[in-house]
Amino acid sequence: MNQAETPEAESTCAHSHTEEKPSRTRELLIDGAGCASCVSKIEHALQGVPGVGQAHMNFAERVVTVSGEATDAALVAAVEQAGYHARVMPGASSQDALQEKEQAERDYYRQRIREMILGLGLGVPLMLYGMVIGDMSINTAAQRMAWLVVGLLTLGVMVFAGRHFFIGAWQSLRHHSANMDTLIALGTGTAWVYSMVVVVFPEAVPEMARHVYFEATAMIIGLINLGLALELRARGKTSEAIKRLIGLQPKTARVIRDGEETDLPYEEVVQDDRIRVRPGEKIPVDGEVVEGHTSVDESMLTGEPMPVEKTSGDSVVAGTLNKTGSIVFVATRVGKDTALARIIGMVKQAQNSKPPIGRMADVISSYFVPVIMIIAVISALAWLNFGPDPALAFALVSATTVLIIACPCALGLATPMSVMVGVGKAAEAGVLIRNGESLQTASQITAMVLDKTGTITEGAPKVTDIRVVAGESEASVLGLAASLESGSEHPLAAAIVESARERNLQVGSVSRFNAVVGQGVEGELDGRHLLFGNEKLMAERQVDLGEFREQAQQLAAEAKTPMYLAVDQRLAAVIAVADPIKEDSVAAIKRLQQRGVRVIMLTGDNRATAEAIAHKVGIKEFVAEVKPEDKADKITALQAAGETVGMTGDGINDAPALAQANVGFAIGTGTDVAIESADITLMRGSLHGLADAIAVSRATLRNIKQNLFGAFIYNVVGVTFATGMLYPFFHVLLNPVVAGAAMAFSSVTVVTNANRLRLFKAQQH
Amino acid sequence: MIIVNIAGLALIVLIVWWFWLYKPQSQALDQEDSVIVVENGVYQPAHIRIPPGQPATLRFLRKDASPCAEMVQFPALNISEQLPLNKTRSVQLPALEQGVYEFHCQMQMYRGQLHVSDL
Repeated sequence: MNQAETPEAESTCAHSHTEEKPSRTRELLIDGAGCASCVSKIEHALQGVPGVGQAHMNFAERVVTVSGEATDAALVAAVEQAGYHARVMPGASSQDALQEKEQAERDYYRQRIREMILGLGLGVPLMLYGMVIGDMSINTAAQRMAWLVVGLLTLGVMVFAGRHFFIGAWQSLRHHSANMDTLIALGTGTAWVYSMVVVVFPEAVPEMARHVYFEATAMIIGLINLGLALELRARGKTSEAIKRLIGLQPKTARVIRDGEETDLPYEEVVQDDRIRVRPGEKIPVDGEVVEGHTSVDESMLTGEPMPVEKTSGDSVVAGTLNKTGSIVFVATRVGKDTALARIIGMVKQAQNSKPPIGRMADVISSYFVPVIMIIAVISALAWLNFGPDPALAFALVSATTVLIIACPCALGLATPMSVMVGVGKAAEAGVLIRNGESLQTASQITAMVLDKTGTITEGAPKVTDIRVVAGESEASVLGLAASLESGSEHPLAAAIVESARERNLQVGSVSRFNAVVGQGVEGELDGRHLLFGNEKLMAERQVDLGEFREQAQQLAAEAKTPMYLAVDQRLAAVIAVADPIKEDSVAAIKRLQQRGVRVIMLTGDNRATAEAIAHKVGIKEFVAEVKPEDKADKITALQAAGETVGMTGDGINDAPALAQANVGFAIGTGTDVAIESADITLMRGSLHGLADAIAVSRATLRNIKQNLFGAFIYNVVGVTFATGMLYPFFHVLLNPVVAGAAMAFSSVTVVTNANRLRLFKAQQH
Repeated sequence: MIIVNIAGLALIVLIVWWFWLYKPQSQALDQEDSVIVVENGVYQPAHIRIPPGQPATLRFLRKDASPCAEMVQFPALNISEQLPLNKTRSVQLPALEQGVYEFHCQMQMYRGQLHVSDL
């Protein structure tokens, strides 16, 4: 109970495991509990709090561990009500956990290097002796004595440098499982036991086979330890992206409480605290600016290179850098709830998940070690039955080499290492990938469906033209349209209302409001019936458009969205709204197309506007006048035609289409996005994030395939050589020491290849 | 040679039986105190029994500094958790149907089974 669990990590873990509210474990330090009977009273009080799963108190330490989704405040209140005092013990932060992990890895690395020195310290001189003198056999009493001493020294190496292999092998064996330790222990152990039999009972072994292999045992132990140390170093690099994210969190916050400014650890900041941030400092928690003006560099989270201006009312997020001014903000999200903490949690989860391509390797891994053991036995039997003299020595060498060269680790590491680097690389570019499956599917996308508004365009339309019929004025029709649209949630409605507000127009209260999905709106104002929408709506309501139809078509050809206003069934005006295309949409769409992705635009807009936009951004296929509920059907149709479809939308109106697509991309602006909502979240608004996501996923999958192929071929070729199957043709038998070196470096090679992904440049624009 | 060959074949049979055919007893998990220790290349206990239809919490304590021991994965449940060294880490499991669910490290060298059945 005294081991502090990390609430932060607990919450991310729980989040991934349960679909509903996250459950987490916390520890409360209890004050005032003087007798053992208090335990049940406190536990009972906590279990009575809604949302508490379990409450278990360790009386000796006065610590109660509580699991469930109840808030900290509710838990403390329950204990207080029971007559005791409680405070939630702070869990270790990501940074503390990272430091502890790094310290443990440093210790592990040093230990393996010491063991490597010990192993090679004995193995290298012995091997050189064998190569120079060439006599590793026993013919005289003096040789026996000398080799006995060497054998005991080798036993020392096995105990001090290879103990972890033997303990691991024994424990696995007891539990009816086998792992890499089993192979190393069996290989080196067999070589040593055989050599000792030759030394102690030479007459039990045929004369030609009286050869010792102590150098192999010592060398293999040294080399495998070296391999483990190098693998650890290479592994460290694969998690650089997450380390960088964790490093973004500043350790302290300058909190203003009761008019006094105090530097507090960021974990102690609570919601509604006022926090001052000076130029050059990082924002410690999420919040809303209440004083001052500044520009903030959010590139570390969003990939967006331009600093963002912030003033009163704007939100700021933890981990971003305050550049120019001094600001005071109110904390809105703290601890594990900040965008940074959620991003770290999500990236960690994704890095640890496995794409389907790795499943075959998993199946092979689960049978691998026992199969290798069987191959070693068959190989030894084959040599004993059919091999030339000394058959026993050949049998021993081939069995040992088979055991040593086989590397389950290379196969097991092939997928996770690449996913680790690839997901981290994507996060650096502002692309959050939910899991390994999304990563793999994104690499296979053949068709990308883009929602127009907010995806290709800015999503902030503006009124550009107002054409009125005789007798009407621009102000009057805009006022009427704004009155109608003030009740609508459509993005185009906001443009109309905003334009009316800019002109200080009166917006009236509309009765009998009705939104006709995909067509427009209607309502009554001062006894007049107002109808505002597209041509389809006007046609359905039999409003004569007259010459305005042509004008509207002309506006649409300019990529504007014309909307008609009819008052009492008579046309009053055409109001055009245009949504500016994002400046880099053209280049990003071109990048997608160059990668062989079929790009399709979906929009609720009329055909002419859609055509004009599509033409401007270089999209050949588009579907106009699509109702939101029909978007998912369009995706289904593409899938039926054999396409692997990606859908990009703002994640709100497009939810069914995002769900139907093979991969749903939510395109966010800034960090204030629901990062858990889509398969892949683009933190910035640019479509380049989309091209980056596909590029990085393809690079990662390519890397995984290289790793899997390499690991598979290595094992097949290595084991084939080791059995001596090729001996009849080339008279070459692999030396166990060479096998040890190959095995040690096989997993290092896999991890190093995964690390090549770090050099991948996602933003090739 | 016949004896050697028979011994070799017997060894192969023993390997097949020991690693694949033998079904070890699973240990019922006491939700309050049971901890799965990750040490020396194994999970102890490696075969855990929990009742069906109710959420459960598994507590892992990693004592093994090897980086291989760092992750525990439940592939069928899409659960993956990083285990800090010398600290317990709880893994929340949803209510599960009867069956056997594998868990293992990233490289499948540390292996265990979750038996969901009536205790």
